[in-house]
Amino acid sequence: MPQYSLYINEKEHQVDVAADTPVLWVLRDHLNMVGTKYGCGIGQCGACTIHLNGNAVRSCSLPVSAIANASMKITTIEGLSESGEHPVQQAWIEVDVPQCGYCQAGQIMSAAALLNRNANPSEDEIKNAMSGNLCRCGTYTRINKAVALAATKK
Amino acid sequence: MALIKTKHNRRSFLKVSAAGGAGLMLQFSWFSGLAQDSTTPAEAAFDLNAYIKMNEDGTVTIFSPNPEIGQNVKTSMPLIVAEELDVAWDQVSVEQAPLDTKKFSRQIAGGSQSIRVGWNGLRMAGATARYLFVSAAANLWNIPAEDLVTEAGMVKHLPTNKSIAYKDLISDAISIELPEEVKLKEPKDFKLIGTAVKNVDGFKIATGKPLFGLDYMEDGAAIVMLIHAPAFGMQLKSFDAAEAKAMPGIKDIFTINTSLEKPSWADVNAFNELIVVVGDSTWQVMQAKKAVKAEWERVSAAESSAAHLEQFASVFEGKGEVARQDGDPDAAFANADTVIERTYFGSFLAHNTLEPMNFFADVKADSARLIGPIQTPEALRGSAAAMLNIPEDNIHVDMTRMGGGFGRRLYGNFGLEAAAISQKLGAPVKLIYTREDDMTQGTYRPSYTLKYKAALDADKNLTAFEVQGSGIPSSPVFANRYPAGTLANYRAENFGIDTNISTGAWRAPRSNFTAGAEQSFIDEVAEAAGKDPIDFRLELFDNAIANPVGERNDYDAERYAGVLKLVREKSNWGAELDGVYRGVSAYYCHNSYVAQVIDLVMDDRGNPQVKKVWCAVDCGIVINKEGALNQIEGGIIDGLGHVMYSQLTFKDGAPEQQNFDRYRLIRNNEAPLEIEVFFAENQIAPTGLGEPGLPPVAGALASALYKATSKRYYRQPYMILEQETQILG
Repeated sequence: MPQYSLYINEKEHQVDVAADTPVLWVLRDHLNMVGTKYGCGIGQCGACTIHLNGNAVRSCSLPVSAIANASMKITTIEGLSESGEHPVQQAWIEVDVPQCGYCQAGQIMSAAALLNRNANPSEDEIKNAMSGNLCRCGTYTRINKAVALAATKK
Repeated sequence: MALIKTKHNRRSFLKVSAAGGAGLMLQFSWFSGLAQDSTTPAEAAFDLNAYIKMNEDGTVTIFSPNPEIGQNVKTSMPLIVAEELDVAWDQVSVEQAPLDTKKFSRQIAGGSQSIRVGWNGLRMAGATARYLFVSAAANLWNIPAEDLVTEAGMVKHLPTNKSIAYKDLISDAISIELPEEVKLKEPKDFKLIGTAVKNVDGFKIATGKPLFGLDYMEDGAAIVMLIHAPAFGMQLKSFDAAEAKAMPGIKDIFTINTSLEKPSWADVNAFNELIVVVGDSTWQVMQAKKAVKAEWERVSAAESSAAHLEQFASVFEGKGEVARQDGDPDAAFANADTVIERTYFGSFLAHNTLEPMNFFADVKADSARLIGPIQTPEALRGSAAAMLNIPEDNIHVDMTRMGGGFGRRLYGNFGLEAAAISQKLGAPVKLIYTREDDMTQGTYRPSYTLKYKAALDADKNLTAFEVQGSGIPSSPVFANRYPAGTLANYRAENFGIDTNISTGAWRAPRSNFTAGAEQSFIDEVAEAAGKDPIDFRLELFDNAIANPVGERNDYDAERYAGVLKLVREKSNWGAELDGVYRGVSAYYCHNSYVAQVIDLVMDDRGNPQVKKVWCAVDCGIVINKEGALNQIEGGIIDGLGHVMYSQLTFKDGAPEQQNFDRYRLIRNNEAPLEIEVFFAENQIAPTGLGEPGLPPVAGALASALYKATSKRYYRQPYMILEQETQILG
């Protein structure tokens, strides 16, 4: 199997996996980074959202071979901040968003990517940007509150 | 101050042991002891033991007994202990207890019962520990215990300004005899209960720490996945795994059978014979699954949604089972001025917890460890013991945090499957379902139909009410719920339809469909009676308050009417707002009362958008305001989403929706813009909130949609796409 060098959370990692292996499973099975979640495998639920060069992408549908390049920088929930002080994480805790919590890493990564490109999103922009991430428990109103709060913390 | 019998006696004892290094573990052995109120079903009586760990640094570790599925009991149950123990919340850390039926009871996440059933025992745990520290200080200072007070983990004697921390009393406290009764706080003295406390796992969730079943793995464990029959009513004929076995990372492919001689209620599973693929990594196993060539044969009917609708169309022509009859409904219908009759339909629903089913199992010759997301760990242990032929005492079950439950994880077939595979393989395994496996091997919310009939006399008074219910496989009718008890002539009747599709509890079982149908119908009857829908409902409650019919009514009419009045006041019901369409609903289930008003607007493209939901709740004492709000908000959004968009349909015995591309769940931009929740303020013992917020929303929504579109909604989900309507016939 081919060997890939990956740049994840500002560190280089070597993995030995098939070229079509989704980044999601490389993270979870090979690098023991399980903050990124599996929900559907077809890019519909957003639980596996990570950042690729600062943009939100679905790691379940991203083959490892597509990111094995030093210019492809991956950030996962574990690397969003060293100890949970990213404004989005802080806002999530302050608003007490989670119920079961399973989708929330993906929600947080989508929110952080939104604020990277739009520091002061409107209510509609927040809802539209966050509509790719399913929350089965129905925490959407709190998610939107937390994104708006995070925008004030930047 | 309230006294509570502890049922400690002279043989009761306090076990004190070293607790993983520093600190001491207090283990109480007791029974809850309190007589349950008259509405309590016998099975709700329980025994509870608890762990409270006093740490030498002054912090307290409280072990949360029940499984956490997002209903937030991991925060609220220890909060109750901390209140009576009288420690500050920032002194408390919480750990999930393992399954331990010698020390805990009813370690179940289900029926919104954790708080209601746990209330007395959790308070007693805290109060007993507090008693020990107060008594120890009383002995130490030679001051009567009655003269001492506690605060934030300290015992104090105010007149002499003496104080001592609990941690410094541990060695004295262990020799205090356990009390036969302890004093509980008066609700007015609560310092923690009723405040807003954040989720104890909030930081871990926000930083992606491993918490969930899917995150649990041990070195040396194999990844395993299953292949089940592609449709209900089919079983394995033969399979060829030669190609799949040769694929990279694949270790083995074989079959298991998880059939049990005496299955429990929690062993619902239509697919006991399964092909197992064992490998090194998830992706490799997923690829190999696709390469296995299996032949299946049909052993029972290939059911379809079209055929189900035909069965529903004629089901009430058959003979039903009368669950309740008051007065003479037939005569009242015969003499009626107006009879209104409406039929409602609800599709099957999948649970779709966002974390798919999974479990870790390490089965040895005479012992086993099972670790994963399970709402019923005790039932799983029992079934695993029978299947593995290993004594229950040798099976250890750990509960991970669950990425959603909604009833799916009451049925632990995935835990049994992991155990069977580990036993056969002789090695630890991690079983993972794909989303498609999860959606097609479910214990679905049954499909339902309800037919309501109401009689009005010439003065527009409701004189008779009838409900007939059927489901695949069973009826959703609650015979003793509203409007039973509010009028003289009433009948409830049940009809069943056999199926080979596996079904089970789905958040607020039966209520999740019945509330929407019943409350939509009441809205229509109120309109026919020419009355405001809230006034109409309240008049019926007035009857039940003044002169209840029958003795088995499930609900308290005053509390029920109370939430309607509360939501009427808070929502300023009756005010006409331009372009805003309103609907109201009220429902009682899981011992709690919820009334909702929905404000609906239509967007530029004619799609309904819920602008605001006003919600009044009577669940007795609110334990954690923040968690309680979150449960109600989530219930409303979950309820709205499913009644608007979600359905599982069948063709040739197979679900037509197998992933989120075809199974539609509510998304952020479809959720209400605002939800405001009001709790009735009283000192009634608390009841649960995981489920009661969900059911009524379907009724309020249907009534608001009617105002907006002049169309009544009889089929759930309300927003069925045109082509799907054709599929459904």
